[in-house]
Amino acid sequence: MILSGHDLTIGYGDRTVGYHLDVALSTGEVLALLGPNGGGKTTLLKTLLGLLAPQAGEVRLGDRPLAGYSSRERARLLAYVPQSHVVTFAFTVEAIVLMGRTAHGNLFSRPSAADRVIARQMLERFGIGHLRDRPYTMISGGERQLALLARALAQEPQFVVLDEPAASLDFGNQGKVMSEIRKLAQSGHGVLFTTHDPNHAMRAADRAYLLRQGARIGEGAIGEVLGRAQLEALYDAPVELVSDTANGRTAFLPG
Amino acid sequence: MGRSSAPGFLLALAVLVAGLALAFTVGRYPVDLSDLLQVIAAKLTGRSADVPAAVQNVIWLVRGPRVLAAAMVGAALAVAGTAFQGLFRNPLVSPDLLGASSGAALGAVLGIYLSLGVLEIEAFAFVGGLVAVAAVYLIGSAMSSRDPILVLVLAGVVIGALLGAGVGLIKYMADPYNQLPAMTFWLLGSLAATNATDLVPLFGPVALGTLVLVALRWRMNVMALPDEEARALGLPTGPLRIAIVAAATLVTSASVATAGIIGWVGLVVPHIARTLVGPDFGRLIPTAALLGGGFLLVIDTLARTMTATEIPLGILTAVVGTPFFIWLLASVSKTWA
Repeated sequence: MILSGHDLTIGYGDRTVGYHLDVALSTGEVLALLGPNGGGKTTLLKTLLGLLAPQAGEVRLGDRPLAGYSSRERARLLAYVPQSHVVTFAFTVEAIVLMGRTAHGNLFSRPSAADRVIARQMLERFGIGHLRDRPYTMISGGERQLALLARALAQEPQFVVLDEPAASLDFGNQGKVMSEIRKLAQSGHGVLFTTHDPNHAMRAADRAYLLRQGARIGEGAIGEVLGRAQLEALYDAPVELVSDTANGRTAFLPG
Repeated sequence: MGRSSAPGFLLALAVLVAGLALAFTVGRYPVDLSDLLQVIAAKLTGRSADVPAAVQNVIWLVRGPRVLAAAMVGAALAVAGTAFQGLFRNPLVSPDLLGASSGAALGAVLGIYLSLGVLEIEAFAFVGGLVAVAAVYLIGSAMSSRDPILVLVLAGVVIGALLGAGVGLIKYMADPYNQLPAMTFWLLGSLAATNATDLVPLFGPVALGTLVLVALRWRMNVMALPDEEARALGLPTGPLRIAIVAAATLVTSASVATAGIIGWVGLVVPHIARTLVGPDFGRLIPTAALLGGGFLLVIDTLARTMTATEIPLGILTAVVGTPFFIWLLASVSKTWA
C-alpha cells in the first residue's frame, strides 16, 4: 500500500506554507522528513494524515483519495503519534492505549475484552506493561512517547506518522524510539517521521525528504541525500561530518 | 480508572441517600427517620403505614416534589458540568460557559416582565438557554481557527455579557414592587415554589440529555484528547462536539428553567467526582450525578431551614463554591504544563 501526496499546496486558512510537494511512502519503509523550523514539516505531516485539507493537489491512500475515507476508515490505516504531551485528565496508561481501538468500535461502544488484549500486547511490545494502571500524567516523557506508540499500533494501521518523536527525550530514550521505528518497518508498517536531527534519520530511516521554506530541496536514499553539502544548504548553517574509522559509520555535528 | 473506583461510587451513593434522608426529615415540621422509612416501605409494598396522615402529607405532598426536584437539578448540573469540563479539557469550566444560564436568565426575566404564568416562564427560560448556546456555537463555527475551543469560549463570554445587559435592561424597566423581587429571587436560584407539575418538564429533558451523554461515554474520553489526536483516532469531532454540547445544554436549560440560576454545582461536583473515581466518563457521569443530587439536597435543606425566610440557593452555593474554586485553582495551576 502507498500513501502519497501529489502536487500539494499546503497551509492553514489563507496562509500557504508549501508548494508543489510530491511525496510517497510505501509500507515497510521509513521516510524521515528534515528541515529547519517553520519550513512546513508539521503542516505536510498533518496534510498527509488527512487532519488538514490541502489547498491544492491530492493525498491518496492506496487506490483512493484520502479525502474520500471516513475518519473511522482512515484511522484503521493511518496512525498519528503526536509529540509527547500532557493531557488534562489523569487517564491510566492503559486507557490512553485503549483509545487507539476507538476506530474499531461503533459510536456507542466501549472497548471490548479483545480490545483490552490488544492494548496489553502493545504495552508489552514497548516494555511498559508495568505502567498499565499508572496515570498517564505521572509517567516520564520517554514513557509517554512509548505509550503513544503503543496507542498508534493498537489502531492496527498500515502507516504510522510521528511528529518529532525524539524531540523531548533524553539521549537513551531517543535511541530507544529510533530502534522502535526501525522495528515498525520490519513488521511491515510504513513510517514517516519528522526530526531536527539528521543522525536520527541515518539511524532509523531508509529515505529522507528535505523541506526548506515550503519547497522540496532533496529526496532519496539516506546515503544519497544526507551529505554535508545538502545539510548545509538545508539549514543554511555549517555542518561537520565525523566518521568512526573502526566501523565506517558517520555522524553530523552542527556548527 | 482501575478496579478501585467502587468505593468512590458507593461514597457518592451514600451522599445522595444521606441528602435524601436529611431533606425529608429536617424542616419546620420535623419527621422521624423511622417514620420516613416506614412510609417509604409502605409505599413500596403497597400497605398502609402506621404513621399520622399529617406526616405522610409532609413527606409526599410538601417535601416530596421539592426533594425530587433538588436531587434532579443537582444531578443535572453536575452531569452537564462533567460533560463541558471533558469537552473543553479544562477542570475549571462550568455548564454556563456557553451562555446556557445567561440565555435562560434573559428568557425567564422576560417572561416575568410580560407577567406570564409559571410554565410559560420556564418555557421561555428553556428556549432562551438553547438559543443562546446555538448563537454561541454558530459564531464559533463561523470563525476558522486553529483553536475552535478557545473561539467558542470567547464567543460564550461575549454573548453572555450581551445577555446580561438584556437582563439588566428588563430589570430596569420592571415594576419594582411586583416584578423585580420575583426576577431577583429567580436569578439567585430557588426551589421554594416547586410543585409536582414541575417534575415532568424537568425530568424529561434531564433524562434524555443524560442518556445521550452516557451512551457516548467512551467517545467522550477520546474527546478529552487534543482535537487533532481525537480525529486521528477516528472520531468525527465536529458532529460529536455538537451532540455533546446539545445534550449538556438541554440538561442545563431544564434545570435552570425549574430552579433559576444556581452556580458552582456544575463546577465543583465534577471535580470531586473525578478525585473519587478517576476521569473515565463511564464511571464519572453516574458518580457526579449522585454527588450533585446529594450536594444540592443538603444546600436546599440549609436554604429553607437556616433562617426564618428562605435563603436563595445561588448565594449558598457561592459561599461554598468560591473557597473551593480558589483551592482548585491553586492545585490545578501546579499541574498545568
